[in-house]
Amino acid sequence: MSRAKGREGASQSRTDWRDQYNSWLRHHRLSAADSLRRVLEHPWSSLLTWMVIGIALALPVGLNLALDNAQIVSAQWDSPAQISLFLKSDLAVEDARRLELQLAGADNISTTALIPKDAALEEFRELSGFTDVLASLDENPLPHLIIISPVPGLAPQAVITLQEELLAMPGIEQAVLDMEWLQRLNSLMELGHRIVYALGAMLVLGVALILGNTIRLAIENRREEIVIVKLVGGSNAFVRRPFLYTGLWYGVGGGVIAAVLLGLTLWLLQSPAQNLAGLYQSSFSLQGLGLMGGLNLVVLGGLLGLFGAALAVSRHLSHIEPR
Amino acid sequence: MISFERVSKRYDEGYDALRDVSFTINKDDLVFLTGHSGAGKSTLMRLIMLMERPTRGDVLVDGINLASVGSRAIARHRRDIGVVFQNHQLLFDRTVFDNVALPLVICGYDHREVGRRVRAALDKVGLLERERALPVTLSGGEQQRVGIARAVVGRPKILLADEPTGNLDPALSAEIMTLFEDFSKVGVTVLIASHDLALISRLHHRIITLREGRLVTGTAT
Ligand SMILES: Nc1ncnc2c1ncn2[C@@H]1O[C@H](COP(=O)(O)OP(=O)(O)OP(=O)(O)O)[C@@H](O)[C@H]1O
Ligand SMILES: [Mg+2]
Repeated sequence: MSRAKGREGASQSRTDWRDQYNSWLRHHRLSAADSLRRVLEHPWSSLLTWMVIGIALALPVGLNLALDNAQIVSAQWDSPAQISLFLKSDLAVEDARRLELQLAGADNISTTALIPKDAALEEFRELSGFTDVLASLDENPLPHLIIISPVPGLAPQAVITLQEELLAMPGIEQAVLDMEWLQRLNSLMELGHRIVYALGAMLVLGVALILGNTIRLAIENRREEIVIVKLVGGSNAFVRRPFLYTGLWYGVGGGVIAAVLLGLTLWLLQSPAQNLAGLYQSSFSLQGLGLMGGLNLVVLGGLLGLFGAALAVSRHLSHIEPR
Repeated sequence: MISFERVSKRYDEGYDALRDVSFTINKDDLVFLTGHSGAGKSTLMRLIMLMERPTRGDVLVDGINLASVGSRAIARHRRDIGVVFQNHQLLFDRTVFDNVALPLVICGYDHREVGRRVRAALDKVGLLERERALPVTLSGGEQQRVGIARAVVGRPKILLADEPTGNLDPALSAEIMTLFEDFSKVGVTVLIASHDLALISRLHHRIITLREGRLVTGTAT
């Protein structure tokens, strides 16, 4: 028993903080291992929790990935935007040709094509089959047409500016931009992103609540134990720790499941997407999550787990006092 | 070491479990606490452990007024006190070893030291060979001895025992009492609540008697 006194003395000494740090570390290791063991003790119910969290995390992240990919595809469509210039009807073919040459020299225009009104009428005749009707006209009602395409990669706003400039030029009656559908697509995509963010926020909150509830049940199951630990001198932090680790393990597991689900989906979609892109002579390939994205998901899951557990612990643990 | 100054405790239901109780127990004293069932023995111990707060009066432990110990400091306070509970309070999903080790794990001892101390404590209560057993497989008396081992394993300054020999036969009771006497000889303050008047009167220690929450003998220190 003389050692008992020795220890009392030692606890006053300067090495005290080292002892305390070591024992704190030791307890963290113990709690982490013990919590993990408890989680793995019921593999099916834990797997279920992991799946729920994994799916809830994978859904918004996956949708976001899909939108990102769609944006890459639509960016490739930006360049073939065309502007059709209908020239004044009294303009001679020579003037039209001169105008085309002038436009071809502009540095934000890549290609120009002149369709003189005679050629246009011929084409229309062939396509429409209204040969007799058109023959009865004594004058060609069609104007000369110049089709230009802006240099690739020009921003949609710049294309619109170009259209307005062209419209202001003498000799040009109408400038029609075939890009409205693209703008509509872009704003739809923007809307899509916002919906995904809102959905993501809701699902993330849901994950925290699911975890909170799981931890609440774990706390209820171990009520007796908590009481006893408090009776023999366990601090609140000591009692709290295993549950925080339990939340961490559930969250990390959920993050891993989410990363695996997304990886699997992308892997399954990769070759169909490539085939499709090949049909359109596009070099497009699906953008995945990447290693960092996967790790981020796992970290996000872990943080959510900790957060949910902290929520549950702060609400439920303080009610459990020895009676 | 432990002093009660005009302590009263009224439970929420309005029952006065302790009325105006004053006494002092010195360091390395061994004191028995007796009284009829419902006299307030367990209540008195719960006040020392800060499981309850007094309605009136002050409880001082080791010179510290417990009224000044905030809820965050309760755990610290309890680590200096070993307790044998009337209803055992064992963890039924852990082995005997793990139950006894709990106070040491809380204090953060490394596992070699834990092993040494737990075996020493189990040896003292005669349960060394049952260290891998689960508490449900033990008899009432054996469970009680596990509780005693857990109370002494951390070498506390104060040892509180609520009916520690309630389930033990006379020979074993006497042995456990000797164990408690050994502790008081090395400077531990021991307070034992017991009905077993025959046993405690044989041991010649100070006896505090409660009747309906009032102190009837043992006021002197
Ligand atoms: N938590 C509580 N709430 C209300 N009343 C209580 C509570 N605990 C104890 N009491 C009452 O206080 C009185 C004293 O109880 P206590 O447990 O201190 O008695 P005791 O001397 O330990 O009895 P025993 O020898 O039967 O263990 C009893 O009448 C009991 O009904
Ligand atoms: Mg009692």
